[in-house]
Amino acid sequence: MAHVEISTDSFQQTQASVSRRQLISGLFNVVGLLVILVATLVLLALVIQLVAQGAPRLNWKFFSSFASSDYNEAGILAPLVGSALVMLVTAAIAVPLGVAAGIYLEEYAPKNWLSALIEINVTNLAGVPSIVYGLLALGFFNQTLKLGESIVTAGLTLALLILPIVIVTTREALRAIPSLLREAAYALGASKWQVIWDHILPYSSGSILTGVIIGLSRAIGETAPLITIGALTFIAFLPPSPVKAEFPFISFEWLQAPFTVMPIQMFNWVSRPEPEFQINAAAAGAVLIFMTLAMNGLAIYLRYRFRKGVKW
Amino acid sequence: MVISRVKPNRFTVVSAIAATTAAVSLSIQTVSSQGSVIKIDGSSTVFPITEKIAEGFQKSGGGRVTVGISGTGGGFKKFCAGEIDISDASRPILKKEIDLCKKNGISYIELPVAYDALTVVVNERNTWAKNLTTAELKKIWEPGSKIDNWKEVRSSFPNQPLKLFGPGADSGTFDYFTEAINGKSKASRKDYTASEDDNVLVQGITRDKGSLGYFGYAYYEPNQKRLNAVQVNGVAPSRKTVESGQYNPLSRPLFIYISKKSAQRPEVKKFVQYYLKNGVSAASSVKYIPLPASAYPKIQARFNAGKTGSVFGGEEAVGLKINDLITRELRD
Repeated sequence: MAHVEISTDSFQQTQASVSRRQLISGLFNVVGLLVILVATLVLLALVIQLVAQGAPRLNWKFFSSFASSDYNEAGILAPLVGSALVMLVTAAIAVPLGVAAGIYLEEYAPKNWLSALIEINVTNLAGVPSIVYGLLALGFFNQTLKLGESIVTAGLTLALLILPIVIVTTREALRAIPSLLREAAYALGASKWQVIWDHILPYSSGSILTGVIIGLSRAIGETAPLITIGALTFIAFLPPSPVKAEFPFISFEWLQAPFTVMPIQMFNWVSRPEPEFQINAAAAGAVLIFMTLAMNGLAIYLRYRFRKGVKW
Repeated sequence: MVISRVKPNRFTVVSAIAATTAAVSLSIQTVSSQGSVIKIDGSSTVFPITEKIAEGFQKSGGGRVTVGISGTGGGFKKFCAGEIDISDASRPILKKEIDLCKKNGISYIELPVAYDALTVVVNERNTWAKNLTTAELKKIWEPGSKIDNWKEVRSSFPNQPLKLFGPGADSGTFDYFTEAINGKSKASRKDYTASEDDNVLVQGITRDKGSLGYFGYAYYEPNQKRLNAVQVNGVAPSRKTVESGQYNPLSRPLFIYISKKSAQRPEVKKFVQYYLKNGVSAASSVKYIPLPASAYPKIQARFNAGKTGSVFGGEEAVGLKINDLITRELRD
């Protein structure tokens, strides 16, 4: 008798405990949903407010004029071109370096204290505040290498900034490839390089690209390191064209040109006394958000395309 | 975008690397090939005037100009390293900056271009503080001041908590205000809301009935409907009182410093000429107080004669009249 009583008792206890835990789980579900909703709504509200406030300025003239002290005349041509060119240099430097470093660390590096040290440093670098990169760039690129306050200095700085992100995502991407594929390729007599080049890299390129573009989206919004190296606030001419009419048809003079970028222009407008400039700032903000969104959209699309092409 | 077509085959990756190397090496070769751009940097207070001038100069086909905002101190640092042609300054050059310039062999021509009136402002619902004396301002702002109620400022003022707003310690406005009111640059009480962004100060002061703050006249002008300017020693800040020298000691001159070496370049000469010729209209259009029209030709004459040095000789000075800036002896 006593025995049965205890067992119903413990059964009831278990039941109570289960329903309590289910309640907690359900509650967490609701809380999680609320948190996501709040985050998304705040973001959405910010974007909508920005676009609504900036809407009166979002016309062709805004995109095709230079900075001006008259808010009606002021546009974002110089920072738009500046941002695009700086991103181009950043990508051209960070992608090959970062992917190569990722491949080496993941596939070639011997597992010893040296590679462990490098690994820790790379992960640490991803968390270093961007202003520190700015100071490094000011001393090294700007003053020691005498590259000046130019697009190439900015590109190199931002490339350094996103290099850890590219390296880490490359390694993650390489690690995600099933070892079956490697083994199959080796079994057919492929060399290590052939395995990496013909199999591992193409299969992981979708994820690598995602990492690259997330890195670039971070770089496009950076202000602090660029102000440190001396990005300008007022500049009413464009860098020299990269394409020329005469031989050799391309020119790298633009790398040397002074520049400004979108976030700096925005910052300048926000701190103006005339309230009308806030509209310009909002419009520039909307353009910047759209640029980031477009880059992230591209990342999603590319990942989808690459994933579709790979079957195993 | 470069990466959009990288489906990694040998060719694209190798060529990307090659292009990068080529680009970087080429860029190092052409490092000194940027000729005739006039480079200006310095004070964010002077920036709006210089920007207005640079814009007009460029539209009139004068040449290419870039303007940065590194602050007066940052501007002088670059200026004395020979990196820029003209330095915008919201205060005269200091002793240590003069020494740095000397060490690097940079001599400079000092030109006053406009006036700014530091404006003490209160909330628009503040009905009592129409006028404050410099002694009262000092009582409020001096280091270690414990005043936190309007009643303590003057016994006839109502019992209303006092909230203080002002620029941060890196600002030239802060330097000048503390020098003029507390007698020593950078000496100020520290328990106030500080921001380098004057719009933040405007916002803060409009929100609290008991608030008091100070910033440049250019930020007061467009916000007149939301803020009240306080008379200092019975004088309200305005173009007239600054020009006549009555708004004392809170009006301050703004300068451009031109490197003597750059001043020999024809496009820099043309730019300075354009600056002084359009100084009145540019300064008024960005809500600063221009020098009297008669002063500009005298300043142009100083530039033409290539007279270097500063009338301040590295010392901080408060309440100089426009005439002093032009006629006082220049010291290297």
